[in-house]
Parts: sequence; structure tokens; C-alpha cells
Amino acid sequence: MHTSLHISQTDARPMYLQIMEQIRQRIALGDWQPGQELPSIRALAVALRVSVITVKRAYEELGAEGVIVTRHGRGSFVADRVALTNDLQEQRLDEHLLEAARLARVMGLSDDELATRLRKIKRKLGKGE
Amino acid sequence: MTLKAVRMHGVRKAYRFFQLHDVSLELAAGQIMGFVGPNGAGKSTTMRILMGMVQADAGEIEVLGRRIPLEQVAAKRDIGFVSDDMRLFQNATIGWHMRFVASIYPRWDAQYAGELLKRFNLHAEQRVKGLSTGEHIKAALLLVLARRPRLLILDEPTSGLDPVARHEVLGELMEVVGDEERAVLFSSHNTVDVERICDCITFIDRGRVVESSDKERFLECWRRVQLRMAPDAPLPRSEDIVDATRDGQIVSITTNRFTPELMGCLTEAGATTLDVQRMSLEEIFVANVMRHRGELSR
Repeated sequence: MHTSLHISQTDARPMYLQIMEQIRQRIALGDWQPGQELPSIRALAVALRVSVITVKRAYEELGAEGVIVTRHGRGSFVADRVALTNDLQEQRLDEHLLEAARLARVMGLSDDELATRLRKIKRKLGKGE
Repeated sequence: MTLKAVRMHGVRKAYRFFQLHDVSLELAAGQIMGFVGPNGAGKSTTMRILMGMVQADAGEIEVLGRRIPLEQVAAKRDIGFVSDDMRLFQNATIGWHMRFVASIYPRWDAQYAGELLKRFNLHAEQRVKGLSTGEHIKAALLLVLARRPRLLILDEPTSGLDPVARHEVLGELMEVVGDEERAVLFSSHNTVDVERICDCITFIDRGRVVESSDKERFLECWRRVQLRMAPDAPLPRSEDIVDATRDGQIVSITTNRFTPELMGCLTEAGATTLDVQRMSLEEIFVANVMRHRGELSR
């Protein structure tokens, strides 16, 4: 099986998260349509040269999120109704905010101080920076 | 799915300067197990016991449902074994070896063997004595893979391979478990390979199994946590903390059970969390072995 998905070894995120994000992206872009069958766990594992257990975990978590549906013995399919376009961006925003919150904690900033800094940066952005 | 490809229980073997203590292992069909340990940990001895090449002093061993060493002849029809000290006939060609193995094993898949020759960039006319180390390993692997064995036991299959050859070999190992009936047990000290393709991992050190679990569990349970704490505040005593180092207000702990309970217990002790980091399999392996050695010497 050929796959356009890939695993990066320099990406600090675990492999199952990388697989989840790339599948979400394909669904959000509409390349993978609702109802479309996903590659089997084993076939994708072989194509990516990644352990079966890792792909299985990615599918299970996508199933729990409602992005895909796994029918026992029949395979996994893109869920009929997924509103991923916004989710994807929201998720990326959350990732960046999480990183900012972590740094703020290390620096000992209060929530207000962090919010003030964010407003300042937004004003800069508004001035066409 | 219920059949275990490998089952070892309480296996012991004593040599003059080395002992295997109570080694137990289980590998299900359809899975790849990475057998990871430092040099001299007992990986090769364990694999040789599985193959019936070394007799254990005690313990039960079953491979593909057959008892070893009693039923080893029947079991070996379905096992492919490659180790780095295995030698092919120097004056014969790869093609001669292929015909030789095909004459012994009726399940030899000539078409697959042909594909492997191409994929591994080998030629049937090549004489063994002219092969490089990497080519020699690939030729030995080809001879077992084309038999389509149900269990592959590979002792350090990727050491001595360049990055391209390693990529090809790992790809072939993945193809093997594309079918749910077959299993692979391979030893390595390259934890990057193991982290990528293995479903379960067994760490071994100084003749003892340190830990054996599925890979995702290893990666989920181990974390390095950076904390800030008053230098005189005592660190809570917890079994979940494998290692702790303090430098001024900064405390760095390693845990093998990263849970909200542990984090709660640290907060209660007055610690502020600065950072939580995932650990690579290599870091987990080293931390695990160091802890294990510490426990043994206590």
C-alpha cells in the first residue's frame, strides 16, 4: 500500500499523535470524504513502517473523538458528520497557547500579566507589524 | 490469535561467569517484539534456548505451541533464525544457497525470493566471499524470509547495516506482520528501530528480564518532571519516583508511573511543576536498567 502519511523522527510528538493529526488534516481538507474507508490498521502500519500498536492507538483515539468510526470486522471509516475545518485550527491554537502558558509558569507570570502581554502583541499585529 | 508464538517461563541457565535468572517471555502471533539489552545481557543465550541450540537448566519453553527442546524439529520448520555469527558457504553463490534452502523447505516462495533479491540489491550470481557485511546479513535474511516462517528470531539483524539497508530490512520485517498469523522477535541495542516498529518490548540486563510491556505503555508511563521546590523541603517518598536529582530549587525527577496522583502528591509537598517531558525509549531503557541495578545492589 502506498501512503502519503509520514512519520518524522525529529518531531518531538509521539508517533500516534503525528498519525492522528495527518488523518484529521486529510479529512478537514476533504481529501478523505465522509463514509470513505480508511486503510486497515495493519496495512497502514506496514506502509508507514510503524508498529501495529501505534496505528491502533491513533485509530482508537480518533474513534473516541468521533472523527472516524470503526465497525468490528469491517474496518474503519471517516465519520458521516465531522466539522473538522475549525477544529484543526482551534487545536493548533490550543497547542501554541499551551506552550505559552507553560513558559509563563516557568517565568512566574500571573494570568493577568500573561493576558496583558497577549493584548499588547495583538495591538502590534493590528498596526500591521 | 490465541496461539502464542513464544512462551517462556522461569527459564534458567548457568554458565561459569554468566547466569540467566528466571526469564519469562510471551509473544503473541501478529506482533513484533523488541528484545533490548546491553552487550552480555543474555539476549543471544535466550534466543539460542528458544531455538533448542542451548539446553536450559530449568523452565518451560514453547514455540508455536511446540515444546522445546522435545519437539524442536517440528517447530523449526516454521522458525526462521538469523544471527550475526551465522556463516554462509564462502565459495558458493547466493543462488546456490537459494536452491539449497528451497530443496529442504517445501514452502519456499521463489517469487518472493526473487523480489527480495531486487529489493536488497543482491545478485544470484554473487559469491558469498565477495559480499560486504551488510550484503551478507541481507542474503542470510533473504534465505529465511523466503521460507515464509511463522516466527522470525533475529539476533541483532540491523547492526552492521548502513541506514539505507536498515530501512529496507525494517520494511521487510513490517511486511512479515502484515499478516496476523506471523510474529517477529528481534534483539537490538538500536532503540530507535525498536521504538518505531515493535509492538512490545522486553528489557533484559545481567541475565534478568527488567520489564516487559507493550510499547505504548512504556512511552505513556515514563516522564521526566522538572519541579521547583524550597531547597530544604523534603521530597515525598514514592515508589513511583525512579530517580531524583536536586540542584538548588530545581528538582528533576524520573517516574515510571506518571499519574495525576503522583503530581498531586508533589504539589502537596510544595512543588511547582515547571516542565513535563516525554522520554525516548533509549532514555527509558537506561533509567530502567540503572534502577534495576540499584535495587539488586541494595
